[in-house]
Amino acid sequence: MAVTAKDVRVGTTLPEWSRKTSFAEWNRYAAVNEEFVPFHMDDEAGRRAGNDEGAFGMGNLRYAYIVNALHDWIGDEGVVREVGCQYRAINQKDDVLTVVGEVTERSEEDGRTVVTLRVNVLNTKGQPTCPGHAVVEL
Amino acid sequence: MDALTYVTNEMLEAKGVWVSGQTSYPITETDIRRWAMATYYPKKPPRIYWDAEFAKGTRWGDIIAPPDFNPFAWSLEAPRGTPRPGLVGRKPDGKPMTGMNGGQTDRYGVPMRPGDVITARSRLLDWHEKEGRLGLTLYVRSEIEWKNQKQELVRTRISTSIRY
Repeated sequence: MAVTAKDVRVGTTLPEWSRKTSFAEWNRYAAVNEEFVPFHMDDEAGRRAGNDEGAFGMGNLRYAYIVNALHDWIGDEGVVREVGCQYRAINQKDDVLTVVGEVTERSEEDGRTVVTLRVNVLNTKGQPTCPGHAVVEL
Repeated sequence: MDALTYVTNEMLEAKGVWVSGQTSYPITETDIRRWAMATYYPKKPPRIYWDAEFAKGTRWGDIIAPPDFNPFAWSLEAPRGTPRPGLVGRKPDGKPMTGMNGGQTDRYGVPMRPGDVITARSRLLDWHEKEGRLGLTLYVRSEIEWKNQKQELVRTRISTSIRY
């Protein structure tokens, strides 16, 4: 059930949206995005790229998870206007990634409600990996 | 002796200059469905991305692509795929550089739909270098703009590439 404008105010939180990520998820994303980078597919290549734990996940997939979390919150009639994030920490194998967010601003434009959120993607330990923002239209 | 830098003359010349890029193949329903299945895996994606009958009843009137959908995957002709102006820089010793995605901000226009053909153009915006955990590191900002066959703006992306 999509959120409605009357349910949104500054401080409202985005429902948590989680996926466990490993090669099953990364390989599917590599296949659709043609993103066959060795350090996303091979532990040794991941270590050569500077990650001691081996292969690691794509930033673009974490970005997709933010977009999906927003879509699932606003529903098919809503519009994702803008999403931005920085990749500050690595998505390690078997991480459970959780998209979180909080409304920081709300305004009305031409009869639509425009909502700005602060977003992030937490890893299994609850550490933020991907601070960012989003603007959606309800 | 000059200070160590990965910045090249080509970067200085390219700064701010729009470069026409690729035109995508027409987007298909299958492209969109596969994308949504991959990014929602293991759960089923929303019907708006794969069920045309359902989509008729929405404000969009048809299947639309997820905003982050990439229509340039699986291009054949060189240069492959969408232009990537952030993949620049050169090590003085000639060793290959490693690149990582530092982040991005996308602003979306009209949604992509089955049948759309997307054209990209791009430019190098700016860069800076600093010493990090992995030694000298180059941070490059670039901009890519996508329009559809009606010249409607689909997406503007400003991204940061990390090069070391």
